[in-house]
Amino acid sequence: MAPGSSDATYPDDLRYHEEHDWARIEGDQATLGITWFAQDSLGEVVFFDPPEVGATIQKDSSYAEVESVKAVSDVIAPLSGEIVEVNDALQDNPEKVNEDPYGDGWLVKIRLTSPEEAETLLGGAEYRKMLDR
Amino acid sequence: MPVTYEGIREEHSAVRRHVGMFDVSHMGEVEVEGAGALAFLQRVLSNDVAKIAIGGAQYSCLCREDGGVLDDLFAYRLGGDRYLVVTNAANHESDLAWLGRQSRAFDVIVRDVADRYAMLAVQGPHARQVLNGALGIELPPRFHVAHARVGRRPALVCGTGYTGEDGVELLIDPEVAAPIWSELLDAGVVPCGLGARDTLRLEVCFPLHGNELTPERNPIEAGLGWCCKEATNFIGSETIARARAEGTAEKLAAFEIEGQGIPREGNPVLHGGEPAGLVTSGTFAPSLERGAGMAYVKSELAEVGTEIEIDVRGKRRPARIASKPLYAKRS
Repeated sequence: MAPGSSDATYPDDLRYHEEHDWARIEGDQATLGITWFAQDSLGEVVFFDPPEVGATIQKDSSYAEVESVKAVSDVIAPLSGEIVEVNDALQDNPEKVNEDPYGDGWLVKIRLTSPEEAETLLGGAEYRKMLDR
Repeated sequence: MPVTYEGIREEHSAVRRHVGMFDVSHMGEVEVEGAGALAFLQRVLSNDVAKIAIGGAQYSCLCREDGGVLDDLFAYRLGGDRYLVVTNAANHESDLAWLGRQSRAFDVIVRDVADRYAMLAVQGPHARQVLNGALGIELPPRFHVAHARVGRRPALVCGTGYTGEDGVELLIDPEVAAPIWSELLDAGVVPCGLGARDTLRLEVCFPLHGNELTPERNPIEAGLGWCCKEATNFIGSETIARARAEGTAEKLAAFEIEGQGIPREGNPVLHGGEPAGLVTSGTFAPSLERGAGMAYVKSELAEVGTEIEIDVRGKRRPARIASKPLYAKRS
């Protein structure tokens, strides 16, 4: 499906990284996941290999892997921080990443170590514009 | 052929439970005709070609002098002195060159007829029933080929496939391929892509040339000794006879991941922490709902039940050598 497909959504309350990740920033914490476009390109997710709680992740670097039947894909951190929670429900139901990428399909929660990085991320409209290019 | 139409898992399960179709028109076809056809094919193919009756089909390896596998293919006997060989797309040109060169000593014509056929593989437990209803053709038994008319054009209906399910491969006139595809769609056949083709064949441990089979490997280490009849004196038979008698350093084995992780082609195999082989194909196996694959491992480790580890991008995933096929229909 094309990025402009009617199923595609990019909520305005999220911040986006150009490697197709989103962040929901709440105070000094953020929830991270992959975008509708990312899950659609990947196909049915069958495995999420999360980082460990306590691990530190670096903006623009890979912090986890998601796999479809056919391929594995690195998940890039949109922000730097320390992992405070991983979505354990994905171990048994990895397809949540496809079904609800911004809700039940979230991947990890982090405590932000450089909150100012958020200024470099894109808004929903900007991200969509990037996809359409 | 796309990787997938609506999702690999859905397509995979359509073929296991109902019926799916693959546009495999990229496969190559070579016709071999003449008084020397049998003698020629007996020389180049590993199996005993004399055993193919008219209307029969047989799997073989095409080997170099050193036993290395140039391709694996089905040979169909269309008439007394007329055979059709279906090649893998990536090897079609090199197979043709090899066959052309080897044919000089025989009274035979080797013809590239890849442009003459589109190929649709219709596979699954309901394949016969649906095809009979939709196209009104009588289907040949497994490993047989029949002449038929499909879309009012001459066609070949082959009782073969690459999924481990019942079904056929239709060799049809390219001009009628699109309407036949639509007709089968209307009959409820699920279009399937390359992704499902790979998971289906891997679950039943059918080798893929370029992965399990290469010119650097002989059929014995690949577990294809059953389709090598050295008594026919085919090219490569001497090396293969030796490999069979003496054994090989490595063998192709199937394995399943015990817990989490999905093996991929090129992942190292470890045993007791030491390098013990290499994964040739790996995937998430939809019918098994876990990671599985095939790997060349040291022969002494190729026993069912041997505990190994697969190094999946730096993470060691416990795995176990499993019996082939990895997936078998529960009867």
